[in-house]
Amino acid sequence: MKILVAVKRVIDYNVQIRVKEDGSGVHTDNVKMSTNPPDDNATEESVKLKESGKVKEIVAVTIGDDKAQETVRKALAVGADRGIHVKSDTYIEPLGIAKILKKVVEKEKPDMVFLGKQAIDDDCNQTGQMLAAMLNWPQATFSSKVTLKDKSMEIVREIDEGLETVEVNLPAVVTCDLRLNEPRYASLPNIMKAKKKPIDQMVAKDLGVDITNRVQQLKVEEPPKRKAGIKVANVAELVSKLKNEAKVI
Amino acid sequence: MSVLLIAEHNNKNLKPFTLNAISAASKIDAEVHVLVAGSGCESVAKEVAAVPLVKKVLLCDSPNYQNYLPENLAPLVTKNADKYDHIVASANTFGKNFMPRVAAALDTSQVSDVIKVNSPDTFVRPIYAGNAFATVKSNDKKRCVTIRPTSFEPAPKTGGSAQVEKVDAVDVPNFSKFVKREETKSERPELGTARIVVSGGRGLESGENFKLINDIADKLNAAVGASRAAVDAGYISNDHQVGQTGKVVVPDLYIAVGISGAIQHLAGMKESKIIVAINKDGEAPIFSIADYGLEADLFKALPEFLSELNKLNTIQK
Repeated sequence: MKILVAVKRVIDYNVQIRVKEDGSGVHTDNVKMSTNPPDDNATEESVKLKESGKVKEIVAVTIGDDKAQETVRKALAVGADRGIHVKSDTYIEPLGIAKILKKVVEKEKPDMVFLGKQAIDDDCNQTGQMLAAMLNWPQATFSSKVTLKDKSMEIVREIDEGLETVEVNLPAVVTCDLRLNEPRYASLPNIMKAKKKPIDQMVAKDLGVDITNRVQQLKVEEPPKRKAGIKVANVAELVSKLKNEAKVI
Repeated sequence: MSVLLIAEHNNKNLKPFTLNAISAASKIDAEVHVLVAGSGCESVAKEVAAVPLVKKVLLCDSPNYQNYLPENLAPLVTKNADKYDHIVASANTFGKNFMPRVAAALDTSQVSDVIKVNSPDTFVRPIYAGNAFATVKSNDKKRCVTIRPTSFEPAPKTGGSAQVEKVDAVDVPNFSKFVKREETKSERPELGTARIVVSGGRGLESGENFKLINDIADKLNAAVGASRAAVDAGYISNDHQVGQTGKVVVPDLYIAVGISGAIQHLAGMKESKIIVAINKDGEAPIFSIADYGLEADLFKALPEFLSELNKLNTIQK
């Protein structure tokens, strides 16, 4: 079997983002970037399935500018076999990304597509579900346990009420939650080896799909600041403040 | 020019967040129609029809929709979307699961997790885990929108009498199957809607020590939350997690105990009305957003807190 895993380059999750004063977005110059965290879980799960012997090949794909290749290299360093970089210098919204990924799926014909459940920059939580719909495939979102069978997968999903188990026929799209697994670090020898693995290049606007953004970003601003309150000296004062000042208990 | 809202329910009762979604939908357009799709869910349709803001209920009662599989539900929504300019659902695991399938089928770009409706085509939504707010304008003719329920007041539940119209089920693809759902049972209020939340972090040091949190929660009739660090350390199950990767909560009172205040945790609770932080590290970032900070060892402070609460004559429920 073959897995396509999609990875995205985003501002590192430990970075406190700064909003640009002109309201056009957030600062990205000289800011640490890394792979979107749940995309690392998607790669890790793919590699585990390959190690179990059920999967023969993993192809890692990213869509973005030249530097986005780093995310593919990282996936190659932890076990993906080859990469695809679809080049785009401008932001493409999830609908357009899903259309590009559909093209890649039609070319690569994987049995499964793994993605993170959500990107931590635009927080859309759409791409995997949209791709599944466009391919007319089933989907399993927010996955925290994946069991691969001959022609299907049984998947435990994290839902608001607790856990839900579904079985989806292959081919299918899986979006991964952070609790699915513990992504491994790439070893130095594997990082060196990854440099020799092939990465195919494509250009987003040459793929023949409409990737015009339909949602226009008018402005980006800082959320209203919460003013720091006071420190209380002891528990008795805290309870008294909550009872008499804030009136919440 | 009307809105189709997809109700979330368990085939018997409407889920409370649907009421918040209804009030958000009514800010987009006054003509709010609600689709209730499920199996044996007529009582839910009646419940929705009584909501004064709802102008019409579409009821699709079929075994196809018993477990709201997105592969089955999305084609039904898409088929009924013709007459509507907006398709709306809550941005929780229910809405997030099926709505992008609808948007893809309609070739429309979804606007996710809306916290404010500026006009029928312009919305405010958080990005970067709530560290920035983006105002966005949708240029699509038909718009798929998910709304963050905690950002809107629930719509009043009674007094209305909307007409209930039955709609036909559509063919299902039969490539996915519901197996089971394990709902977390608790005597305490639900985390997402509780008036008070008491949360513990890595500072608790063990799962057993969460008893200190539970005791306070029981006294205050509060829900129990946790930071991702506490969940990852195995102290408590993931459905208690508050934050970017867990639940977003907006209670009247949020008490963070032994939680340092990582960006990802703050994203889930910083809109709470009153925030209390109890932490032995006076430099912890959580203090910068707390209304009341207590720099103390939680293992001393929590038992004291409980005994002080026990001294009060009355506690709000």
